Amino acid sequence: MKESRFDIESAEISWCPGCGNFFILEALKGTFEILRLDPVELVIVSGIGQAGKTPHYLKCNMFNGLHGRSLPLATAVKAANPRQTVIAQGGDGDMYGEGGNHLLHAIRRNPDITVIVHNNMVYGLTKGQASPTSARGFTTGLQVHGVASEPFNPLAMAISLNASFVARTFAGDREGTSRVLAAAIRHRGFALVDILQPCVTFNKVNTYQWFKDRIQPIPHFHDPSDRIKALELAFMTETLPVGVLFVNEDKLTFEEFLPVYDSSDEPLYNRGVNRVELQKVIDLLR
Amino acid sequence: MSLSVKHGVAIVVAGEAGQGIQTIESILTMVLKRSGYHVFATKEYMSRIRGGSNSTLIRVGHERTPAHVDRIDVLVPLDDNALEHLASRISRETMIIGERENLQTLHDLLDIPFSGLAEKAGGKIYANTVAIAALLGILEGELNLLEEYLSDRFEKKGKSIVKGNLEAARLGFQAGRELRSSGKTSFDLKKNPETANDILISGGAAVALGAISGGCNFISSYPMSPGTAVLNFMAHHDSQFGIVVEQAEDEIAAVNMALGAWYAGARAMVTTSGGGFALMEEGVSLAGITESPLVVHVGQRPGPATGMATRTEQGDLDLVLHSGHGEFPRIVYAPGSVEEAFQLTRRAFNEADRYQVPVFVLTDQYFIDSYCSVPALDTGTADIEDHTVRTLADYKRYAFTEEGISPRGIPGFGEGLVCVNSHEHTEEGHITEKIQMRNRMMEKRMGKLDPIVRDSVPPTLIGPEKYRVLVICWGSNYHIVAEAVSLLGKDDIAVLHFSQVFPLPPETNELLERAESTIVVENNYTGQFARLLKAYAGLDTGHSIRQYNGRPFCFEALAKKILRLARKGDRK
Ligand SMILES: Cc1ncc(C[n+]2csc(CCOP(=O)(O)OP(=O)(O)O)c2C)c(N)n1
Ligand code: SF4
Repeated sequence: MKESRFDIESAEISWCPGCGNFFILEALKGTFEILRLDPVELVIVSGIGQAGKTPHYLKCNMFNGLHGRSLPLATAVKAANPRQTVIAQGGDGDMYGEGGNHLLHAIRRNPDITVIVHNNMVYGLTKGQASPTSARGFTTGLQVHGVASEPFNPLAMAISLNASFVARTFAGDREGTSRVLAAAIRHRGFALVDILQPCVTFNKVNTYQWFKDRIQPIPHFHDPSDRIKALELAFMTETLPVGVLFVNEDKLTFEEFLPVYDSSDEPLYNRGVNRVELQKVIDLLR
Repeated sequence: MSLSVKHGVAIVVAGEAGQGIQTIESILTMVLKRSGYHVFATKEYMSRIRGGSNSTLIRVGHERTPAHVDRIDVLVPLDDNALEHLASRISRETMIIGERENLQTLHDLLDIPFSGLAEKAGGKIYANTVAIAALLGILEGELNLLEEYLSDRFEKKGKSIVKGNLEAARLGFQAGRELRSSGKTSFDLKKNPETANDILISGGAAVALGAISGGCNFISSYPMSPGTAVLNFMAHHDSQFGIVVEQAEDEIAAVNMALGAWYAGARAMVTTSGGGFALMEEGVSLAGITESPLVVHVGQRPGPATGMATRTEQGDLDLVLHSGHGEFPRIVYAPGSVEEAFQLTRRAFNEADRYQVPVFVLTDQYFIDSYCSVPALDTGTADIEDHTVRTLADYKRYAFTEEGISPRGIPGFGEGLVCVNSHEHTEEGHITEKIQMRNRMMEKRMGKLDPIVRDSVPPTLIGPEKYRVLVICWGSNYHIVAEAVSLLGKDDIAVLHFSQVFPLPPETNELLERAESTIVVENNYTGQFARLLKAYAGLDTGHSIRQYNGRPFCFEALAKKILRLARKGDRK
């Protein structure tokens, strides 16, 4: 492994040997190098779960919040300081289960953040329960009769909400993942990257081999601004298309819409209170 | 025990939602204030947009009496239902003014044909202006000030609207004057020219202005009455003051946004009611372990659950006090006046920043929706206390320091990295389960309580220093209890009002022990504040007066109860 500015000496990684998360961690570092980011200008916000631990293993600003709540946190960090690069990270349970409502509304709001979901189709940290993306019939110690619900389709959901950037990658493909992540972070607006991630401990169905047999790079001629074609890709289940499915460049971001940044992107911490205006408001009450 | 001119005139305007009661209230109070009177207004309304039966109480006088009263001196019912709605508050002394056309059933009505006069002025839409002007005539307000106000307010709507309003004002005022000179109404109100320079401000606006003055530049919330008033106010001033205002998808998102904003260096607040706050609890707990500042405004209303959406109660003290799992310090303010709401909300931002803890501003529907004339607020030269630091490369967010508080850095400000964590953590902000680290971190966080206590806002003592009976209250009951006790005119009864309810200010024990007997007055069923005094000050508070019907106390009735309990003496 190459050395990186984002390596952190003290990190004692608690993932199982062989876990897909290791590839994602390496892909992230690669991405940050591609983008020549400075750790100081990067904020990674995460929720709870194995995936949510990722920022602990990187040198950067970090807010490791609560289960499912990374998106409101990340949205606000970006809104309070648009100069920071903000990433929200979590597992499929974290982002699609506990945080599902926030995901819906973050897409609608369109803050300029990148959302990375480690999709292992299972709950890792709580030892193997079904997640919203687990297949029907998937049995676990809790879903003893198999999962009854329809699996959640994050890509189709995001595209139908007109998310501004939607992509899928496979953790085993480090280079491909890095490339897509770089595009997602560069993209101005909300970017969702769903990363297929093998959990070697609790998911004996969706293994490295299982993913390898199914993933298929999105063809070069795919036009990511074509929403219907993107949806078609998202609906595919026999094969799993990886790459950038959908991009909508035309949307205003949340921060761009805020009057606070009309004339400057000065972070809020550098602004004072306008006491003259305050006095004016009070005088109007006379 | 009787009411004198000191207590002013209590006017109630009542009718359906949508009939313009609020317009009458806002115009009349402003013009009366400018005419030289102190005014106070409070409304009660049903949770519906049209219809129903709502009313607004306006107290007018030459003394400040910003408290709810049941008594009605002048009633202006806009329909028959209003009479039924207010039946219990109408007495033989109540003067009822209105138009015969709408109030067929009433015998002793002082008839002013609001609509008829309005038609003369150009159309029925001016009926409310006629009513306002008539009341102004009765109370010897200044017509020219009303004219000025109407011209300003309706300027944008065009010349003919202004003209119609002015004519309606003239006709209404004349009708009011005639009633007065006929001897059917006469109120001897003295004027106080100083009120012209006063401001008219609601509890909600005072909280919002206090927040702005405290440097609030981020507010995220989900609408819920009565907390929304603060959100609206901030939204109307977002460009002017550079405030990020966001209606979150739910309260959970709202509070997490506020924490994210503080983390990135903003000064953030959420505003809600008990029902919404219940959802924010996990975020409060997150503030606890991340040592994030947070300002939460909770406008209480009756629960449980949706309770009574537009009514008032002090039922969420326990919720706020115990919100969030685990143990961590917090500060709870409960302003008693609009001035205090302004000052304490401003202070909340400094204290949250200084101690890196959640700070609550606890109000209620009655407080938020009432407004009154007060001398201009002190916007203060007292600057915003910024307790953040520019970080160095070796910065540790949770460093142990001598003062017990870790310097708070902001990502991107300085060379350091800011790592915060919902798990128990090391000084660097990384997960740990080590016994010694857990102990030290807990002790660091809880240790802030001592300086917070030392830094408390002391309670306000009203009345004799040497008291036998102490009437204790908190939050919005300040003026009501003070007026009730002053009505009794006893030299051995004093009032003690707490505007910091947690942690209890250090002088609490001494002040309470000096009393032979105590009476705790609060708007809830179980006596939450009395229990708090007992739990945290070890004081056996004796008597209590509690009301949980969704309405504010009425000071006259309260005075009687206080007198009865005061005579009973000792605290058991
Ligand atoms: C409010 C709350 N509920 C439940 C949990 C317990 N919990 C921790 S992680 C987790 C699910 C993790 O699954 P996923 O997000 O898929 O991440 P993974 O561990 O698989 O990477 C749950 C339910 C919690 N921490 N907080
Ligand atoms: S439980 Fe699964 S997801 Fe978690 S570290 Fe182990 S392999 Fe990875």
